[in-house]
Amino acid sequence: MPDVTFLDANELVLNMGPQHPATHGVLRVKLKLDGERVLGTECIIGYLHRGVEKIAENRTYAQFTPYVDRMDYCAAVTNGMGYVEAVEKLLGVEIPARAQYTRMILAELQRIASHLIWLGTHALDIGAMTPVFYTFREREEVLKIFEEYCGARLTTHAYRIGGLQYDLYDGFERDVVRFCDYFLPKVDEYEQLLTKNRIWINRTRNIGVLSGEDAIALGVTGPVLRGSGVKWDIRKAQPYEAYDKVEFDVPIGERGDTYDRYLVRMQEMRQSVRIIRQCVERLAPGPIFGKVGKVIKPPVGEVYHSIEAPKGELGYYVVSDGTVNPYRVRVRPPSLINLQALDKMVQGHLIADVVAIIGTIDIVLGEVDR
Amino acid sequence: MLQTAIQFVADSPLVLACIKILIIFAVISGIVAYLVYMERKVLAFMQARLGPMRVGPWGLLQPVADGLKLLLKEDLIPEGADEWVFLLAPAISIFAAFTVFAVVPFAGNFYVSDLNIGLLFILAISSLGIYGIILGGWSSNSHYPLLGALRSSAQLVSYEVAGGMALVGVLLFANSLSMVDIVKGQYNHVWYVFVQPVAFLIYVIAALAETNRNPFDLPEAESELTAGFHTEYSGFRFALYFMAEYTNMVVVSCVAVTLFLGGWYRPFPSIAALDSLKYAPIAAFVGAGAFVLWLGLKGTVPLERYFFILLFVGFLVLAILVAYPPVLNAIQGIFWFGAKVLAFLYAFIWYRATFPRYRYDQLMNVGWRWMIPLAMANLIVTAVGRYLYLAHHATTAVSWLGK
Repeated sequence: MPDVTFLDANELVLNMGPQHPATHGVLRVKLKLDGERVLGTECIIGYLHRGVEKIAENRTYAQFTPYVDRMDYCAAVTNGMGYVEAVEKLLGVEIPARAQYTRMILAELQRIASHLIWLGTHALDIGAMTPVFYTFREREEVLKIFEEYCGARLTTHAYRIGGLQYDLYDGFERDVVRFCDYFLPKVDEYEQLLTKNRIWINRTRNIGVLSGEDAIALGVTGPVLRGSGVKWDIRKAQPYEAYDKVEFDVPIGERGDTYDRYLVRMQEMRQSVRIIRQCVERLAPGPIFGKVGKVIKPPVGEVYHSIEAPKGELGYYVVSDGTVNPYRVRVRPPSLINLQALDKMVQGHLIADVVAIIGTIDIVLGEVDR
Repeated sequence: MLQTAIQFVADSPLVLACIKILIIFAVISGIVAYLVYMERKVLAFMQARLGPMRVGPWGLLQPVADGLKLLLKEDLIPEGADEWVFLLAPAISIFAAFTVFAVVPFAGNFYVSDLNIGLLFILAISSLGIYGIILGGWSSNSHYPLLGALRSSAQLVSYEVAGGMALVGVLLFANSLSMVDIVKGQYNHVWYVFVQPVAFLIYVIAALAETNRNPFDLPEAESELTAGFHTEYSGFRFALYFMAEYTNMVVVSCVAVTLFLGGWYRPFPSIAALDSLKYAPIAAFVGAGAFVLWLGLKGTVPLERYFFILLFVGFLVLAILVAYPPVLNAIQGIFWFGAKVLAFLYAFIWYRATFPRYRYDQLMNVGWRWMIPLAMANLIVTAVGRYLYLAHHATTAVSWLGK
């Protein structure tokens, strides 16, 4: 902070949220302003706290699975995936190949759906109102596939500990491939609207710059970290399921600004399509459930397992005391930890940029507050 | 009895003007209400959705429902607000927006007044409208409206300079500030948009900024300032602001059409080869009829189908009526003026569907570093060019101007 001068009398404290169109839920940000320039921020979170971690202690392992879907409700499938994999690791179960590829297909579809919500709302925050309708149109196609597969669209509860509850429906492969063919030109369409748009570039270039070192120091993960030029993707670094058997690139940015993060996510959607196509090719008939008993009772021990969720590293730390209930479940939500970078990113920017930067971090308050 | 009444009206300019004012006020209010409907529909079509569909066939009664709803809502005054200013501010905005129509020539013989300083009057009155925004934002005693109002004043000041300077370029050709004379100047000559393309572009951009439209809708940037200067307004006072904004859109469209696009004249009015263009109104009505007929045949709700088929018959009758030569000649001016204004408004909506929003400081940069120097350069080049041209072709120039 600069020295106190008489100008400080003009400092304005502006309360943004919890009811505000651009805070993506119930985030509350206190902005300290000099005119429209932001001097400092304070995030106040917890308006959506539901005590998910505590609930886990009173539920059996299987009973808790649907709860994790409600944290990042824009990416329920990947949330469930992280949890069931953590418990499977604790149990030491092997998952059949068919179940693995199915999980990967659905998880990548979910990544696309999550990125589509991000793109739509981010563009809406910056004033472009049309992309949001296009992205929701495409997201609808993803949700239709989810619905057809497991009966739910948003909070899917798609996976079970040990594999899958349902085998794939007839025509799943056809639907997925058809979606991939339909979706790739749509990504180009979004890019046509935004990527070379001068106003869009003006609004995102050099806004919310986060250096690679800062990003690592703050524990930021996911597209935000990769936008800062750090090549870290858990699918590559610590492969889970069958990610080591498919080919895909990890796009990274150069400057770590909002525009780079935008480009990274656009590329990620294309890479997801690439992964999905490979998985569909490798889907072979076979079992969909590993050797898991009727009662899930992991041995005493603890495990930390993390996956690359659409928003970053989603980790589950599960402690077992040998009973049917977990002794403790701790979630490492990407949104909460990425949100910590907000203060660093908005320093010296204007109010309009705060909105753009909240959008570029891509938070979901259900996950921030849990 | 009737004859004396008509005689009385025709003889007293005051009564005649009052009647014209009433007609214009009623028509413009209706247009503004349906402009909102048009915006919602056009945006919807560009965004792969339907827009209002529930109130009336194809949501045609939506503006009525919206108006009624706003009328019936509670008129809230926030605590600590400057009550009188707060109550008065929306009235200033709407007053300024409507007053401008006093000098807009809708057709060669249909205008309230042909003021000899018409353009100056428009600029002055539309600048007054900003007081409504500033006072409304200031008196609300709340942060978001205050920021919205501050943004607005900065924006208006910067863009009025550029917009006004762009208009001067046209004045050099028209040699008059009267709106009617400016249009008439484009009869023997081409539209001024062809001789002043840069000025036209600058004016369009400035008009977008002055009406707070995308990509310059900062004062009411929804995602940043919730609703900007009118955050604290509710009920009909909010509706007044809303109407003022859309009326301003019509105003700037009218001004642009008058100054750059030949006002009430058809395209290239002095070229006889294009005379068949005068049948365009018939074509327009037949086209509209075909469209509603298509809607009616496609529709599934019986009542809606009957309504659209009835509408089709209505359009057909209108087309036949218009085909009657005296009527056709009488509506030429208003038809072309309306068509041009509509095209302009459509472009406004189109921009909104396409562009992201500028940031406050970027807006100022664009205004002061690009628009104003460009407008100045345009003015100087035009003035020098005009002077040299007139000096060398003094005799031809006079006849060329139609004097």
